[in-house]
Amino acid sequence: MLSEKHKRVQRLAREFTQKHVAPLASEIDENHRFPNETLIKMIQCNMMGIPYPSTYGGSDADTLAYVLTIEELSKACATTGVILSAHTSLASFPLYAFGSEYLKEKYLIDLNKGNTLGAFALTEPNAGSDASAQKTTAVLTNDYYVLNGSKIFITNAIEADTYIVFAMTDASLKTKGISAFVVEKEFEGFSFGKKERKLGICASSTSELIFNHVKVPKENRIGKEGDGFKIALATLDGGRIGIAAQALGIAKGAYQEALNYTKSRKQFDRPLSAFQNTQFVLAEMATQIEAASLLVYQAAIAKDTQKNFAKEAAMAKLFASETAMKVTTQAVQLLGGYGYIKDYPVERMMRDAKITEIYEGTSEVQKMVIASAELR
Amino acid sequence: MNIIVLVKQVPNTTNMKVDPLHGTLIRSGVDTIINPDDLASIELALQVKDNIQDTHIRVITMGPAQAKNMLVDLYGYGVDDCVLLSDSAFAGADTWATSYTLAKAIERYPYDLIIAGRQAIDGDTAQVGPQVAQHCNIPQITYVSKLQEITKQNITVVKSYEDYDELLSCNFPCLITALSDKTTLRDASFTMVWHADKKNITTLTNKEIQGDPHNIGLKGSLTQVKKTFVKTVEKKGQMISNDVDLAAKKIAQILKDATH
Repeated sequence: MLSEKHKRVQRLAREFTQKHVAPLASEIDENHRFPNETLIKMIQCNMMGIPYPSTYGGSDADTLAYVLTIEELSKACATTGVILSAHTSLASFPLYAFGSEYLKEKYLIDLNKGNTLGAFALTEPNAGSDASAQKTTAVLTNDYYVLNGSKIFITNAIEADTYIVFAMTDASLKTKGISAFVVEKEFEGFSFGKKERKLGICASSTSELIFNHVKVPKENRIGKEGDGFKIALATLDGGRIGIAAQALGIAKGAYQEALNYTKSRKQFDRPLSAFQNTQFVLAEMATQIEAASLLVYQAAIAKDTQKNFAKEAAMAKLFASETAMKVTTQAVQLLGGYGYIKDYPVERMMRDAKITEIYEGTSEVQKMVIASAELR
Repeated sequence: MNIIVLVKQVPNTTNMKVDPLHGTLIRSGVDTIINPDDLASIELALQVKDNIQDTHIRVITMGPAQAKNMLVDLYGYGVDDCVLLSDSAFAGADTWATSYTLAKAIERYPYDLIIAGRQAIDGDTAQVGPQVAQHCNIPQITYVSKLQEITKQNITVVKSYEDYDELLSCNFPCLITALSDKTTLRDASFTMVWHADKKNITTLTNKEIQGDPHNIGLKGSLTQVKKTFVKTVEKKGQMISNDVDLAAKKIAQILKDATH
């Protein structure tokens, strides 16, 4: 299924993960510490703009190469996976697909080169799955929009430099009154609220963004006024493939741990892997992972071949995230008491897996997307 | 500045198994890797490129057609050109025939600096680098652990022995051999890895390099491996418990007797 070219990228991502990501995973989780040193290394080896053209500072590769990278990173550390996924899929994509030439020059090149880190701000306290219930407003005055409101649960929040922010430009038009903007960290009136304490992906910085009369230049609007909702949905369609790849990586990482452990751990004078129950559980895990892989790669290829991929992406995320949850839970069970303590990585993987069923559209939202495509 | 880096594809010896019947290595099915000291050579070449504008790095390897994959991987690190020396007539070459063949290929290209790994993990001879320098009639510095300084005319390097270092300078053209102990190859670039398969790999046979048929391959080899075995060394210690002066005299006498 993978070309030599893709295998090369996969190998590079695997080596990078073994060398730089795996050794830190437990410590950054424990200390809730953003892995700045890893980010610097990711920038140095041109990992920040994999699927975008070199004319905009990217690597000229494709979505499949990008998701293979997210998967490899997430095998060892789901936090590192989501840092790159939020940056690439959620911040860079709307600029690449909908931004003016001016915005691409000003922001996309720096994002792809890693000079800046990106974040995506759609969710509000009362606008989660119902993203249309936006309360943040943007009012045009002369050459500026003035933003007021707040966003919550924003990945990369404090560490980012460039933010894609959605706000109501005309509340009477509902979803057609939402617009998208590029906000810089340095803009006056922009600040951070509460930093969340989370179950998993603890090293990722998740915070509230607060906009208090933030003046955003008119040319920082992405697309036309009212295009915001369309841009958000298109962006999330792609983002889901990244999260599906993250979930797939978590599942594969936990499976490998379970495989290693059950082969070496002996009880009743036999390795655990000699017991039929262990074998059946491993067989189930491996089969689900294989199925998830096919769905994730299929969705990536559909996006690369310009096909309508919303349904494929939703299916990939739904199945891969549920697989991650199941497989990590089974891995903890196979490791028994050792699975429950922090000396082994599977408890972290189980905590990390849960978010993949929630963010960038819950499993229930994925089912809505899939059903609406099926019933069209 | 033109740099030529010599690399070798070797079996991954950490995964090697021994045929219990014949005592030989089972090579089939064993994955291959780039010789570890050669990774240090590439890093040193890249460090020169970081510091000297318009540096061109050409990698040359001798091996079977499969070595092409290794060369494609090397493009991911930022080398400029790769050359594969591949010909059935080169097969079975010992270090002398190998270094002769490499030197014949090197003759075709401009160079200021040649970098080879100290030694390959499959043969461990550490002879090919120095022999290439001899064939090319240029000076050499072996066991280089670090680049100290580089200008357009010369290079200053740290040569590391087990317990001490030397700081040596040499004018170009010259050859150095690199140690992997202190030099680790940087991470490859996603962008360059993605574009690597579009880069050209030149394949040269003996027809192109015009090696003397008597000097290449098994036929041209000066040495032949008859058998390999692990040498067992028995060291018998002797304790001399005595007054220091007397002991020194006694040891001197023992050494004197041993040399006669």
